[in-house]
Amino acid sequence: MSTIDAAGELHQHRTLRSYLASGRAAVRRTATPYRLPVLAAGIVLTAVSSLLPWAKAGVSFTTDLAGDLSAAGLGGHRLYLLLLALFSLIGFTKVNGVRRALLALAVGALVICGYMFYELASGGGGLGAVAIGPWLGVIGSLLLLVAADTTLESPRLVWPPLPTIGDLALIVVAVGGLLALLVIGLDIQAESQFLSYSIAVGAAIAAAASLGANVALRAAFDRYRLFGYFVCLAAAIAFPFTQHGNATWMAVFARVGVFAAAAIGLNVVVGLAGLLDLGYIAFFGIGGYVAALLSDAVFTTVHVHVPFLLVIPLGAMAAGLIGVAFGAPTLRLRGDYLAIVTLGFGEIFRIVAINYTGLTRGPNGIAGIPDIRLPAWLGGFNFGAPHTLFGVLLPFQSNYYFLDIVLIAAVMLIFARLNDSRIGRGWIAIREDELAARAMGINTVALKLLAFGIGATLAGAAGTINVHIGEAIEPNAYQFFASALLLSAVVLGGMGTVTGAVLGAALLIGLPEKLRSFQEWRLFIFGLALVLLMRFRPEGLIASRRRKLEFHDPLEDPAGSLGTGLEEPA
Amino acid sequence: MTTATEVQNVLTATNVTKRFGGLVAVNEVNFTVGQNEIVGLIGPNGAGKTTFFNCLTGMVVPTSGLITFQGKPVFGGTTNWRARFLNRDARSLAPNQITQIGIARTFQNIRLFPNMTVLENVLVGRHCRTREGVFSAIGRGPNFHRTERGIRERARELLDFVNLKRDYNELARNLSYGDQRRLEIARALATDPGLLLLDEPTAGMNPNETHATMELVRRIRDIGLAVVVIEHDMKFIFNLCDRVAVLVQGQLLVEGTPAEVQADPRVIEAYLGAPAADGTEE
Repeated sequence: MSTIDAAGELHQHRTLRSYLASGRAAVRRTATPYRLPVLAAGIVLTAVSSLLPWAKAGVSFTTDLAGDLSAAGLGGHRLYLLLLALFSLIGFTKVNGVRRALLALAVGALVICGYMFYELASGGGGLGAVAIGPWLGVIGSLLLLVAADTTLESPRLVWPPLPTIGDLALIVVAVGGLLALLVIGLDIQAESQFLSYSIAVGAAIAAAASLGANVALRAAFDRYRLFGYFVCLAAAIAFPFTQHGNATWMAVFARVGVFAAAAIGLNVVVGLAGLLDLGYIAFFGIGGYVAALLSDAVFTTVHVHVPFLLVIPLGAMAAGLIGVAFGAPTLRLRGDYLAIVTLGFGEIFRIVAINYTGLTRGPNGIAGIPDIRLPAWLGGFNFGAPHTLFGVLLPFQSNYYFLDIVLIAAVMLIFARLNDSRIGRGWIAIREDELAARAMGINTVALKLLAFGIGATLAGAAGTINVHIGEAIEPNAYQFFASALLLSAVVLGGMGTVTGAVLGAALLIGLPEKLRSFQEWRLFIFGLALVLLMRFRPEGLIASRRRKLEFHDPLEDPAGSLGTGLEEPA
Repeated sequence: MTTATEVQNVLTATNVTKRFGGLVAVNEVNFTVGQNEIVGLIGPNGAGKTTFFNCLTGMVVPTSGLITFQGKPVFGGTTNWRARFLNRDARSLAPNQITQIGIARTFQNIRLFPNMTVLENVLVGRHCRTREGVFSAIGRGPNFHRTERGIRERARELLDFVNLKRDYNELARNLSYGDQRRLEIARALATDPGLLLLDEPTAGMNPNETHATMELVRRIRDIGLAVVVIEHDMKFIFNLCDRVAVLVQGQLLVEGTPAEVQADPRVIEAYLGAPAADGTEE
């Protein structure tokens, strides 16, 4: 839009959108002579800063900074900075995608330095506590940023097709590497160090993705899908064996597991059928109450014990039936209206649970839910007892963790098979153009109801396990915030993908447990992360191919070298 | 109307009226389509042609009238129990039910599923002719694979039939305009219709493509379908259609063979306006 003022001057008014768009299009086309010296200086300064003292001697800090930072040396935060500096050496090569990789590394280094500045200054009484290290680090990473910005834009790096053994190795290295990074991260005690570690890992993964690693990994997964799932399963099973019998993280990951299963169920509703459900946690709660009431808990009004193998289908069916009964009249609504009605339903469930004290014991909740015991013909396995396997003590929480894996595997199978079927195609058609879908003879109301019912059923199944992990159920655990959290997990991880939902649940449930002192900042950080995600990667961290197509213009990738990824198998 | 013609007519619309508030978009239209007949529907812009199509396909519910397809009521007639229960005047079938009983359509402004591939678009068209449910999809029994193979085979046949010589894995949105129109027809044919409604199938096409479309419509008729075409290209209409109906301001003005319609002074008047009373130009 442009206007001409009284003096006849032409003014360009640019909307934010056009500004952002032109910013993306402003690609540097000529090389800058000072790029290489700046890059070299940046790497050297950053690397050197990581060897220098970071804190003035004799200052005591209120936060745990993981070791003595007043001495020269390497460790903790400084090690991560050094690694990022060394990774930046790729700036001297001319491979495709190096600009974005360098940007990611430089931003990572800068954020670590900035964060340490904050921790040192706030925890040690002002800038006087900051030694030479962080100053040099900030200057070095700023130079890296300049070097990255002056690097020529190049298309994303496309890896040559790997031989079979290369593909398999890539899968093993990637999955094993992620498991190792997770285990190393969980072993870090100081929260500040864990934060630096997360930033460094994030920057390194972003850099690897810029260099085409994610595309190559995805291609490898596509070619050897079964092997890929097997490796993921093996990594998931191996995780409890890395915890040396420590129950803390097994308890967290048992919860992450049920929430991941519920998130996949929500992904059927949101990601596949395109319905915004803001009251999804109610179905999780319905499954939970069914399981709690049938478990013969210590504090309960109903003294009935039903074997857990029956409780899972009962809870799932109860949630599914209520979901269908609720969805039948409401699914004629579209978009925002449906979201409002589901939001109301979530609150209705919670308020009923609070007030129907005869059954639910109201706000007191049902407590003392016993652990699951499998029947004798299945070995009489007691989920409440620790077990020793291969000489490693597994705390009782790992039993639930393993149960989660079984549940997630089942839910993943249902998700993937529905997605790739007549029903899945109908859902996509409804998302794309509901009117045209009806004109093609698709009963859109029935198909949407089906998605809603399946989502509710899966949530109910996950809910039954959840109350056994927590050993209690009370209505206020099923507030709107929990629905919003699950929805954020789906959107953050990637709508329409199972791995995305699992990753989202792990980040949103698991990460806050590690960063306890950020508890009150949690919502703010979620919000900020989601806003940034919507700006830079609206399809989510692990994008489904179809969603990616929906969010991105085909003109953005004029080469089209990657294809649509929707090709029919030959 | 004799019994013999009633049997022959695939579609019978009697006194169909659609009011939008005070505007009468379709006014007491009587319209029939016979077996293996290509009927053209023409008229100036805003005459109600597309609204009439929407009435036939359930996209809008007519205000009054009676529509039957192959003897089955599409709109009007007796009120069914469900409409009575809901205390509604809904004597019409939903769009998907109308497709199910055999009326398929294309849209004036192409409405493909843009982010689905060419093949997937046609597969969606097979949706209402297959019955594979949730448990079949999860269980993946032999039935599931047989059905999937069947619909893929049928989809490829149809894409060949409409002469869409493209990579079937291409996204629909990347196709040229003419190819998108062809794909839309293939998708509509995938629902195994008895009657195909084409809303401006040659809009934006060059003469060669228009000619190919004409051939295609003839071939569709030859495999046993009845076709109704809305079009502004008079050459196309008069060369192709067995019968032409002219709709002006919601009313059926003239109906007859192309020659009759072309010769009718009222049609010329509707399109060009009445000649001035004294016969001189202003």
